[in-house]
Amino acid sequence: MADITTLRTAAETGLSKLFEVRRLKLPGSAIAREEAFRFFEAAGLPHRRVEAFKYTDLRAALREAAPPAEAPSAEAAREAVKTAKGFAEAEAARLTFVNGHLVPALSDLGALPAGVAVTPLTEALTDGDPLTQRFAPVAQANENPIYQLNTAFMADGALIRVAAGAKVERPLHLRFVATGTEAFSTATRTLVVLEEGAEFTLFESHEGPGGVAYQPNDALDAIVADGAVLRHTRLNAEGAQAVALSTISVRLGAKSHIETVNVAAGAVFSRHQIYLLFAGDDATAAVNGATMLGDGQLADSTLLADHAAVGGVSREQFKTVIDGDATGVFQGKIIVQQVAQKTDGKMKSDCLLLSDEGQMMNKPELEIFADDVACGHGATCGAIDDDLLFYLMARGLPRPEAEGLLVQAFLGEALEAITHEDAREAMIGVVETWLAGRR
Amino acid sequence: MPAVQETIDRVRAIDVDQYKYGFETTIEMEKSERGLSEDVIRFISAKKDEPEWMLEWRLDAYRRWLTMKEPEWARVSYDKIDYDNLYYYAAPKRKAAQSLDEIDPEILKTYEKLGIPLREVEALEGIAPQNRVAVDAVFDSVSVATTFKAELAKAGVIFMPISEALREHPELVRKYLGSVVPVTDNFFATLNSAVFSDGSFVYIPPGVRCPMELSTYFRINERDTGQFERTLIIADKGSYVSYLEGCTAPRRDDNQLHAAVVELVALDDAEIKYSTVQNWYPGDAQGRGGIYNFVTKRGDCRGTNSKISWTQVETGSAITWKYPSCILRGDGSQGEFYSIAVSNGMQQVDSGTKMIHLGKNTTSRIISKGISAGRSQNTYRGLVSAHRKATNARNFTNCDSLLIGDQCGAHTVPYIESKNATAVFEHEATTSKISEEQLFYCQQRGLGEEEARALIVNGFVRDVLQQLPMEFAVEAQKLISISLEGSVG
Repeated sequence: MADITTLRTAAETGLSKLFEVRRLKLPGSAIAREEAFRFFEAAGLPHRRVEAFKYTDLRAALREAAPPAEAPSAEAAREAVKTAKGFAEAEAARLTFVNGHLVPALSDLGALPAGVAVTPLTEALTDGDPLTQRFAPVAQANENPIYQLNTAFMADGALIRVAAGAKVERPLHLRFVATGTEAFSTATRTLVVLEEGAEFTLFESHEGPGGVAYQPNDALDAIVADGAVLRHTRLNAEGAQAVALSTISVRLGAKSHIETVNVAAGAVFSRHQIYLLFAGDDATAAVNGATMLGDGQLADSTLLADHAAVGGVSREQFKTVIDGDATGVFQGKIIVQQVAQKTDGKMKSDCLLLSDEGQMMNKPELEIFADDVACGHGATCGAIDDDLLFYLMARGLPRPEAEGLLVQAFLGEALEAITHEDAREAMIGVVETWLAGRR
Repeated sequence: MPAVQETIDRVRAIDVDQYKYGFETTIEMEKSERGLSEDVIRFISAKKDEPEWMLEWRLDAYRRWLTMKEPEWARVSYDKIDYDNLYYYAAPKRKAAQSLDEIDPEILKTYEKLGIPLREVEALEGIAPQNRVAVDAVFDSVSVATTFKAELAKAGVIFMPISEALREHPELVRKYLGSVVPVTDNFFATLNSAVFSDGSFVYIPPGVRCPMELSTYFRINERDTGQFERTLIIADKGSYVSYLEGCTAPRRDDNQLHAAVVELVALDDAEIKYSTVQNWYPGDAQGRGGIYNFVTKRGDCRGTNSKISWTQVETGSAITWKYPSCILRGDGSQGEFYSIAVSNGMQQVDSGTKMIHLGKNTTSRIISKGISAGRSQNTYRGLVSAHRKATNARNFTNCDSLLIGDQCGAHTVPYIESKNATAVFEHEATTSKISEEQLFYCQQRGLGEEEARALIVNGFVRDVLQQLPMEFAVEAQKLISISLEGSVG
């Protein structure tokens, strides 16, 4: 094909302008931000001709670059949090972020579980906290424009450190709430460092108003040291017009374990990216996703699991339910490097199409350089099984209820992996709410 | 689990340094000038005595090609091809032969060495020989012999080099040429459209079951030439044809380009079975030389209840870039793709298929098995898509890879796009899907689990190889026993 120089879109020009204005005001090293932004700028917003965004045209979805949100007033923050329902029932310590800014008054900074230390990101960046050197634990994420945009614009967040050997029972809930009437953007970065043998449970909820086209971009970096265990449940209940981008990058030490489950029902356009690096031997990972989509929505789950050490075990299970004219996207890639013998990787993406207009795009990739491994991938896509439906209806259930039950069972498989009972209950509740909204 | 010894031995037996067909034939050749220009295209067209529209078609393609860029998305790396240093036409000097006796004896010897029968086996005392195959032998840019033409003509089957078909059946060629792989399809297909030389043309009239297997044997011989064959097969309503293709090339230190286009058209209730044993020179163990096999193969199930089946056994070529595909346009049409790709030495394979479901009740099946050894890279890349109107489309995909040694790579890049709720797609790796019942059955009869698994999997693989016509079974034999034990999914 001939060389085509694409014109810069309004959003791209807008982002460049915003960066010029913001870069010196934001805390921390301007150089790192500058590098990240130049990287982004060189490629621009990814579009469908960029392989990794083949099904998720961010350039088309992001028409305008919304200005970064200012810190809200105490009153506005309190009001906004009242509507936040994600994990509300779960017993946990909370850090509350409103429009991407940490609100200490609504956070349990002083009442954290033993062994857990939290530093607000603004403070850490200003003081040059050594932990800030440990951002981006997975190198591949640095080649991603969404992650680089986050690095360029990150305005707030938290550094969380869990002491070696600390088995923390009480979960920490990162509550992200958006509020406002005009379009705005947020960029938060959270770094979780689990020292050797630590155990920690993290909830993340993202909620916002329905009538505003806001643009959240959040990133969670996690370093899980040898023998440590991180359990993470994330809820995307963003407002109906949000363009929500998120990235989680995890570096796993020897014999460590990560459980991360993303439950997505919100946003008109969302992309959740997962980067996993198996850096130490015998690390294990359970990565699940449950996505529920209705008219006009697009949700993308993109996963990269890089096995760079011996004996890693990864289990990935993604479930997508599609209604209306929604589009579901799953892109998964398992890399097994030459050294990573005895790797055991299984990746599966299942999709249930509830309507004639919905569509699902699956791309489960394997890239294998070691000969003594077992890797599998599977993908299925189809409508609800008529036989099952008939069975339930024959027992007196009306069709919508029978369908609902089957959808619950279908998504339930992905939710089962959530170890923390409160979190699992909360996520089952999200599925029920979504089903109720459908009827 | 690593590969079993038996498999390792089998793959070693077809390693790059064991290549048997690397000899060269020395005969006088007539060539176009080096490089590509409108003049060269005019020269090729004039050599073949083509109608004016064909020349225009070629020139259009050439002008289009000049604006295109070589694709880079495949997982292969190679030095840039110098398109100005290639010969786009090379033919034995001796005039076209009317009978076998007129063919250059060197060429006859070449085919004899390759084991390709150019003499029609006569019926002896009323006993018809079994498994007769009609052969079209293509040597560099021209077809040197086509057998059984007369007998096929009795059944109404047209089987001849495409250059001859352009003269004798221009209306048929014009109607279908480029209708499956458009001139502008991709870089290599467009190049082929500009410079294609010989290849086979097959037309099976309505209701005819082709009385014998048809085959084409491609041989690249001349140094610095590219081979650009074009094959067009049309199965009219209710007909059936099985077509085989084989290919080899001499051992040389430089790379040669092979950019073919194959178009299949199946009308209502017709069936085409297309089998390939690809054994181009793969280069030596250091990766010197070998064929760049960049081909576009596509079948169009245009009619209702039509069927196209691709079977390929890939062992040759330095680089393979090949995706035999099916467009399932007719309601109830079926597409199949069975593939075994073995890569050794420094070979790079990026191959797979596309099953595009457009019509109602269309079904497709993909069975692919990749085996990499040495320092090779073997990639399966495939697309299955169901469009809005493809109600009740069904696909089953199964791709397995096996690595032998830790210097090679096996990769899988499947794309599964579903736009219809009633379409049912399944994509999976076999090793995890052997049914518990089958295992139980075998184990109950005293087999160990590993043995039982191997037995079931091998039975399954044999299924794939049985898709190959008898004539190729021998070549495929050595691959049959490659076990899937140690498959990495």
